[in-house]
Amino acid sequence: MSEQEIDLKKRRFLTGATSVVGAVGVGFVLVPFLSSWMPSARAKAAGAPVDVDVTKLEEGQLVRVLWRKKPIWVFKRDKTVLADLPTLDAELVDPNNTEDQQPTYAKNPYRSINPEIAVIVGICTHLGCSPTYRPEVGAADLGGDAWKGGFYCPCHGSKFDLAGRVYAGVPAPTNLVIPPYHFVTDSLIRIGIDPKAS
Amino acid sequence: MDNNKNWIDQRFPLTKVWNEHLAEYYTPRNFNFWYFFGSLAILVLVIQILTGIFLTMHFKPDAALAFASVEYIMRDVDWGWLIRYIHSTGASAFFVVIYLHMYRGLLYGSYKAPRELIWILGMVLYIALMAEAFMGYVLPWGQMSYWGAKVIINLFGSFPIIGDILLEFILGDYAVGDPALNRFFSLHVIALPLILVVLVFLHIVALHTVGSNNPDGIEIKKNKDANGIPKDGIPFHPYYSVKDIMGVVVFLMIFTSIVFFAPALGGYFLEAPNFVEANPLKTPDHIAPLWYLTPFYSVLRAIPPMFGSQLPGVLAMFAALLILVALPWLDRSKVKSIRYRSWPYKVALSIFVVTFIVLGWLGMQAVTPLYSLMAQIFTALYFAFFILMPWFTSIGETKPVPERTTEH
Repeated sequence: MSEQEIDLKKRRFLTGATSVVGAVGVGFVLVPFLSSWMPSARAKAAGAPVDVDVTKLEEGQLVRVLWRKKPIWVFKRDKTVLADLPTLDAELVDPNNTEDQQPTYAKNPYRSINPEIAVIVGICTHLGCSPTYRPEVGAADLGGDAWKGGFYCPCHGSKFDLAGRVYAGVPAPTNLVIPPYHFVTDSLIRIGIDPKAS
Repeated sequence: MDNNKNWIDQRFPLTKVWNEHLAEYYTPRNFNFWYFFGSLAILVLVIQILTGIFLTMHFKPDAALAFASVEYIMRDVDWGWLIRYIHSTGASAFFVVIYLHMYRGLLYGSYKAPRELIWILGMVLYIALMAEAFMGYVLPWGQMSYWGAKVIINLFGSFPIIGDILLEFILGDYAVGDPALNRFFSLHVIALPLILVVLVFLHIVALHTVGSNNPDGIEIKKNKDANGIPKDGIPFHPYYSVKDIMGVVVFLMIFTSIVFFAPALGGYFLEAPNFVEANPLKTPDHIAPLWYLTPFYSVLRAIPPMFGSQLPGVLAMFAALLILVALPWLDRSKVKSIRYRSWPYKVALSIFVVTFIVLGWLGMQAVTPLYSLMAQIFTALYFAFFILMPWFTSIGETKPVPERTTEH
């Protein structure tokens, strides 16, 4: 044996093969460790869908619910608001919802399934503060007569209309996010699940 | 590539360390099976630290939450059951490896001059590891965690005068409870792992200063060639790094089999009562420490109370541990390896191995008069091994030790 010449090619092959198999093994071992950082079954359960009953919701009233630790606004818009929304298009960054900030079934001028009921994730798309609800038309501190009601972010002054669309010239780059939701009945909204494709 | 290496070498002794400790660290060429366990111990340490880091991310060190948080890891965290079972199996695997590693030292006289300090550092490591394992076993806050902790900590209460205050100091309370759990958590995840890592480093530095012993018990540094390289030495890398990887593969096959198919190992690695939450009002029917502590637990139980105090048993238990440190000075034999030792040592070592195993087995059993008597006999044999060692290592005919390592 010892007099035989060392077959370097074979040796390199064996070293390479061992290293590859070892690296694959390390890759497999990494999976459980990395997976353990993903939301646990408990966190997923805590992130389950949330129901909101809108029977008693009055026009102009806004309720906040927590879904996956995020504030969700559910509010009712009257006819004036719905009529005002299209008139704002010129002042907005993305009036036609070209950015992917809403599910397809909310990709309409009112960004909702039922135009009267708005469901919006109440987190500013700038740096994550929760904007304030400012429905009063013509608020002096928000531009007077031009203000048709909307949301104002106290952190950096971003402004959104009552469909969650962002005004031009503020720090926030995109419209507010519309969460997945659907109507279980005419008055019960389930936030977190898309409508059944029908 | 070479430029990068030079850049680093001018600022950090990378090549120097690599050569001195791996590529040009000359190791006896005749290592056998018993020499796998040092590197395996390092592997298990790394496994324990990695899995421990991930367990700490989900565990709650609070008496009201700890048990549920462990169940949470087992049921709700993705792959949490695997990470925990690797950690719990790793604890026992650590002791399996360490006990075999220590037995190797006894076989080949690895503790004898000039390696006394390696042995002492190893013994400190062993005791630190016991503390680490004990505190880790308290954390899941099951019945065994609680009552095991209670029994072990109460040992400290047997010291005269300071006993009571010492207990309150250790527990931060009047009984085992939230403060104890919280401080054991801190010691288990920070203090003791740091100490273990530093001790392992010192253990290896000391080893690399004098060089490894070998199954023939020959100093390979006494026989060097013209280049100053031991004639019976081969570079650690690649020869022993490859050999150790082979050992790692076989070890992992056994280890993962236990993790996946028998993580409790019939109650030896995880005791059944520990799947019930700690209850200060109800002691489990039978309390025993985990297997790796039972030999010393047997010694503790073997000594009856004297002068109305449990102290003699406690002292005997600590003595059983500490006497190991004196081994390098108790052994008077001129030769290191069992291969060339006189017959009295071979007989004594055999009796000692049986003694240790029997004591370990007895420590898991409920006390009966027969078992108590057996524990006393084997405790006497345990200490006799050390006390009589200066005598039985200096009698009998030793075989001549060869000049060079032998081929097998």
